[in-house]
Amino acid sequence: MVSNAPSPPQERATRPGEGPPRRPRTAARRPGLRNSRGDRATLALMLGVPALLVVCLVWLPAMATVVLSFTRWDGIGGLETIEWVGTQHYTDAFTIYPPFEPALRNNLVWLVALFAVPTVLGMFLAVLLDRELRGGPVYQSIFYMPVVLSLALVGFIWQLIYSRDQGLLNAFLAVVADVPPVDWFGDSDINLYAVLVAAGWRHTGYIMLLYLAGLKAVDPSLREAAAIDGAGPVRTFTRVVFPALLPINLVVLVVTVIDALRAFDIVWIINRGRNGLELISALVTSNVIGEASRVGFGSALAVIMLVISLVFIIVYVSTMLRGAYR
Amino acid sequence: MTATTLPDASRQYRRRRIRPARALLHAFLGATALAWFFPVLWALVNSFRDYDHTALHGYLSLGGFTLDNYANAWNQGELPGYFWNSLVITVPAVLLTLLLSSCAAFVLSNYSRRFNLVMLAVFLAANLLPAQALLVPLFRLYTSIPLPYWISESGSLYDSHLGIVLIHTAFQIGFCTFVLSNFMKAMPASLLEAARVDGASVLQQYWGVVLPLCRPSLAALATLLVTWIYNDFFWALALLSSGDKLPITTALQNLQSAFFVDYNLLSAGSVIVALPTLVVFFLLQRHFVAGLTLGASKE
Repeated sequence: MVSNAPSPPQERATRPGEGPPRRPRTAARRPGLRNSRGDRATLALMLGVPALLVVCLVWLPAMATVVLSFTRWDGIGGLETIEWVGTQHYTDAFTIYPPFEPALRNNLVWLVALFAVPTVLGMFLAVLLDRELRGGPVYQSIFYMPVVLSLALVGFIWQLIYSRDQGLLNAFLAVVADVPPVDWFGDSDINLYAVLVAAGWRHTGYIMLLYLAGLKAVDPSLREAAAIDGAGPVRTFTRVVFPALLPINLVVLVVTVIDALRAFDIVWIINRGRNGLELISALVTSNVIGEASRVGFGSALAVIMLVISLVFIIVYVSTMLRGAYR
Repeated sequence: MTATTLPDASRQYRRRRIRPARALLHAFLGATALAWFFPVLWALVNSFRDYDHTALHGYLSLGGFTLDNYANAWNQGELPGYFWNSLVITVPAVLLTLLLSSCAAFVLSNYSRRFNLVMLAVFLAANLLPAQALLVPLFRLYTSIPLPYWISESGSLYDSHLGIVLIHTAFQIGFCTFVLSNFMKAMPASLLEAARVDGASVLQQYWGVVLPLCRPSLAALATLLVTWIYNDFFWALALLSSGDKLPITTALQNLQSAFFVDYNLLSAGSVIVALPTLVVFFLLQRHFVAGLTLGASKE
C-alpha cells in the first residue's frame, strides 16, 4: 500500500485546505493539483509515453497517407523522389481502375448484409435471451463462440463446408438434389454471399452481446409500466425498450460500419480479394504490398476508407465520451 | 400498494398463458444454436478422420477415425514455431498495452478535465482507424528505424516482432485507456486524497492504490486483448517479411498451401489454431463478455 514517504515542506505549504471536508466528487475534479516537480514529471511521462506512441504510430502515419495520396512515389526511394500529382489518383480510381467500382459495391453489400441479417438476428437473440431461461447461458455461449475466432480462421472453417470437391454443402446437395457442384468461394457471382454467411455467423454473436448488455441496463420499471398499460411484448420493445437503447444502437451502428469497412482477413485468405471478392481494404493492401507497389494510388484508396470511417468514428467517440462525462 | 401487486399478478397470468410459447422459444433457440455450433463441430469431427477413408466413402459417411491428422498438422505445418511467434508477440503486447493505458487513464481520470476529453478522443478514435490507412508511412517508418541485431535480425523495426508489438500496443491503447479511465473515475476520490495526505507520490498512488482496484477491468481487458492480438492477421502480413517470423493466424495462409488437398488435415490445423482462443473463451468467458461490453455500456 501507500508508504508514508515524507513530502517536502514547501509542497505541504502549497496545498492548504486539503484537510477536512472534501468537495463533492462530481464537481470539477481536483483541479490544479499542486504536485512536487518529480510528481509532475512522472505524470507527464505517464501520459506522454502512451500519447507519443499513439500519435507517432497511428495519427502521423494516417496524416502522411493523406499527403501521399496526392503524390507519385515508389515507397522505397528517398523522400525527394516524391512527385506531386494532385488529385490524379482519385480521378483514376473512379475512372480507369476496374476493380474499384466492384470493391465499393461489395463493401456496401457487406454493410447492408451485416445490418439486414446478423445485426437484426443478434438483437432478436438478445431480446429472447434477456430473461430467466433454462439453458440461457448455454445458448449465449454458443452464439458468441465464433466471436473469439479470427476472421481468417472463420474463412478456413467455412472452407470445409464450401469447398467444391470436398465440402459438406456440395456433398449434401448432391444427395438431396442432383445439381452440379458449386464452387462457393470461387464463383464470382456468389462468393461474396457465401463469405457473408461466414462473416455474419461471427458478427451475430458480437451484436447479441452488445444488446444483452444494453438490455440489462434498461430500467425494468419502463417495461412494467408498458405492461400495465397493456402493451404486448412487440409493442413494448418497439415503443419503449428500443428507444431506450439509443446509445447501444449507435455503438452497434458504428461497430457494424467499421467492421464492414475493415473486412479484410477472410477475403485475403480466400483469394486475396479478387474475382468477386474485391474490397477496398484488399485493394489498398495489394496496391501497396503487391508487386506493383503503387504507393500513391494505394494511399488514395486508403484515404477514401479513412474519410468514410472518420464520419462514424466521430459519431462513436462523441457517443462514448458523452456517456462517460454525463 | 396496487403498484406492487399489479405486476405480480400480470406476471403470474403471463406465465400460465405462455407455456406453449416457451416451448417454441426453446425450439427456435435450440435449432439456431445447433446451426451456430455446426461449422465448428464439422471441423472437429473431420479433424479426427482418415483422409483415405473420407476420400473413398465421402464426407457424409461414418468411420475412419484417427488422431494422425493432429500429429501431421503439427509437424508438417511447423506449428510449434508459429505458436512461439504468436506467444512472443501477444504476451508483451498485452502487458505493454495494459501498463501504458492504465498510466494514461490514471492521469486522465484524476487530473484536469477539459484536456482530458480531447486526449480520450485522440486515443479512442485511433483504435477505430482502418489499419490499411497507415500502411505506407508505417512501412517506411519501420524500415528507417535501425535496431541492433540482437533485437531484430533484419536490422530495423521492419520484420521484427518488436515492431508488431508496438503497433498492436499503439492501436489498442485507445480502447483500454477509455475503459480504464471510466473505471477509475468511478472510484471514490477520497481514496487518492487520503494517500496524498499521507504523502504518497504519484507513482505510489498509481501502483499502490489505483491499480490493485482495477484488477477486474484489467482482467477483462487482458482476455480481450489476448484474443484480438492473437487473431490479428493484417499487421503481421504487412510488417513482417520472413515466413518464419509469422504468428500463427497469419501463417494460416501457408498452411492452406501445405494442406492443399487434405481437408481433414486442414480441419485439424484449424482446430489447433482455434484452441488457444477457445480455451480463453471457455475458461475466462465472464471476463471476455465483461470486456466486450465494458466500452459499450456504462452504468
